[in-house]
Amino acid sequence: MLATNWWVPVHESRTSGVGISMKCVGWKCSFSLVLVVGAILLTAVPLAAQQTPASSAAAAATATSPAAPEIPNAVNEKLKQLDKDVKAAQSAGDNAWMLVSAALVLMMTGPGLALFYGGLVRRKNTLAIMMQSFALMALITVLWALVGYSLCFGGNGPVIGSFEHAFLRGVGAEPNTDYAGTIPQATFMVYQLMFAIITPALITGATAERMKFSGTVLFMTLWFLFVYAPLAHMVWGKGGLLNAVGGKFPCLDFAGGTVVHISSGVSALVCALYMGKRTGYPKVPMPPHSLVLSFIGACLLWVGWFGFNAGSALAASSLATSAFVATHFAAAAAALGWSAAEWLKNGRASALGAISGAVAGLVAITPASGFVGPMPALAIGLIAGVVCYLMVTKIKAIFGYDDALDAFGVHGAGGTIGALLTGVFAQTVINPIFGADKPAGGLDGHWGQVGNQLVGVLIAWGFALVGTIVILKITDLITGVRVPEEHEVEGLDITQHGEEAYNLES
Amino acid sequence: MMKIEAIIQPSRFESVKDALREIGIEGMTVTEVRGHGRQKGHTEVYRGREYTVDLLPKIKLEMVLPDALAQRVVDTILKTAKTGKIGDGKIFLSRVEEAIRIRNEERGENAL
Repeated sequence: MLATNWWVPVHESRTSGVGISMKCVGWKCSFSLVLVVGAILLTAVPLAAQQTPASSAAAAATATSPAAPEIPNAVNEKLKQLDKDVKAAQSAGDNAWMLVSAALVLMMTGPGLALFYGGLVRRKNTLAIMMQSFALMALITVLWALVGYSLCFGGNGPVIGSFEHAFLRGVGAEPNTDYAGTIPQATFMVYQLMFAIITPALITGATAERMKFSGTVLFMTLWFLFVYAPLAHMVWGKGGLLNAVGGKFPCLDFAGGTVVHISSGVSALVCALYMGKRTGYPKVPMPPHSLVLSFIGACLLWVGWFGFNAGSALAASSLATSAFVATHFAAAAAALGWSAAEWLKNGRASALGAISGAVAGLVAITPASGFVGPMPALAIGLIAGVVCYLMVTKIKAIFGYDDALDAFGVHGAGGTIGALLTGVFAQTVINPIFGADKPAGGLDGHWGQVGNQLVGVLIAWGFALVGTIVILKITDLITGVRVPEEHEVEGLDITQHGEEAYNLES
Repeated sequence: MMKIEAIIQPSRFESVKDALREIGIEGMTVTEVRGHGRQKGHTEVYRGREYTVDLLPKIKLEMVLPDALAQRVVDTILKTAKTGKIGDGKIFLSRVEEAIRIRNEERGENAL
């Protein structure tokens, strides 16, 4: 989802471009028709001239003069119809892709993230962590319908949206030309919803194995309303402070590096620090209970990410293809980067390392996906794979915080690297975001963009830090955030939900 | 009557079971167990965190046999369960006072 209305004019011009060329074809058709008729007449004239010159002259007169005003009328009707048909066809194509993309992004949360995280926790907490993802699918959806969509994409304030579309008022089949001019606004709305679902779900990786379910529900409600919605509006919303087009600090974020990954990753770190370590960490071994589940989850995330990034073109356009390609290449390079670092360090490349690397690459390419070509995508992936490996293996150990499933190490760090590298690698030839003759990122010679990206990163970090601390305090006062120690030892599946993930004797 | 408890490598279990069937052993009780003897465990690394796994999975076979059969069974297990490396396991032998078949209350070797 490209920042605001940038893509709309381009899209419009693409539409009208097609329209014009179709018109040209139409005109050519009618013009050549006239030519053919003329040619036949011309060949007929000499023949006729030999026989009855007068009648042939009359015939020629009737063939040209009375027919001329009639053709444009019929053609005009036809052209109007053609123009409508072309627009309808494009809308059908774009809408099909965007609906599929929306479904793909939902698949990233359930089952993708639920399986990925579910496999990484100990057996006694499997259902609890999966349930947190699933609960957000329900909770955020309802909030989105009531006020969420409107707070993100209504109005044109610098920080937060309005109540213009509260209760989804006015969100239907008509496109919202501020954002996506060829698809029904309802499609845009439901597509954006899927991003709002996965973002808070990412945070549960840091609070895993020790957060109350009641606390999770309250925290996520507040976090969505007071951290996610403003950030989404600032970066993507019309008039937003960080919007790439018209914002005070034009910040490039194609698919959510700042809005999704920095916001969730930094909030995850705050949560991990606020809640403290899991009982026994780091002395008690807490190995993942099923890397098979994590493996399946990571692969679903990779596939779903095509909807996340390529879908953010908001059209079935060549830009979507470009983002698709960049996404895939970055994930592959990052899997190799993480694995290579691990191989050098431990003498082995692990399955968990490879899938973690791929996710790190997908995170890092997210803001850049619609601005960079395949080669920079490989570079971004490789860098993210190695840096995130160092974050979760070295930096975490040095500071000693218990980011249980590395939500900060992968999403916070990967998102930050990706946002900064977007400023380096963005190219006008891929996406003329600032205009066809204006450079986009550092490679184009516009190094100032790295500074803009840095401002965006700092604002997102600051906003997430402060917002999350306040919301944690409030949640702690009302429901509490952490389960009692005996519940933690017994496991959250039993104590929070009254079930077990694996009833092997039943 | 003798009771044989053999703790063996899971990877050798199928071969041991087949060899015992070949010499006519009809019953056994098998349990998946974890433990260690002199063999040290191994380390696993998950995202840079090292875990020492010192309780390793093994298979425990339990059989109660007439005295005459016990030695052949021990020989068979020794031959088929051995890989020659640390961690191959152990065999324990003990006397059994009595055996009773629950179905018809037969006693002694008849119940085996």
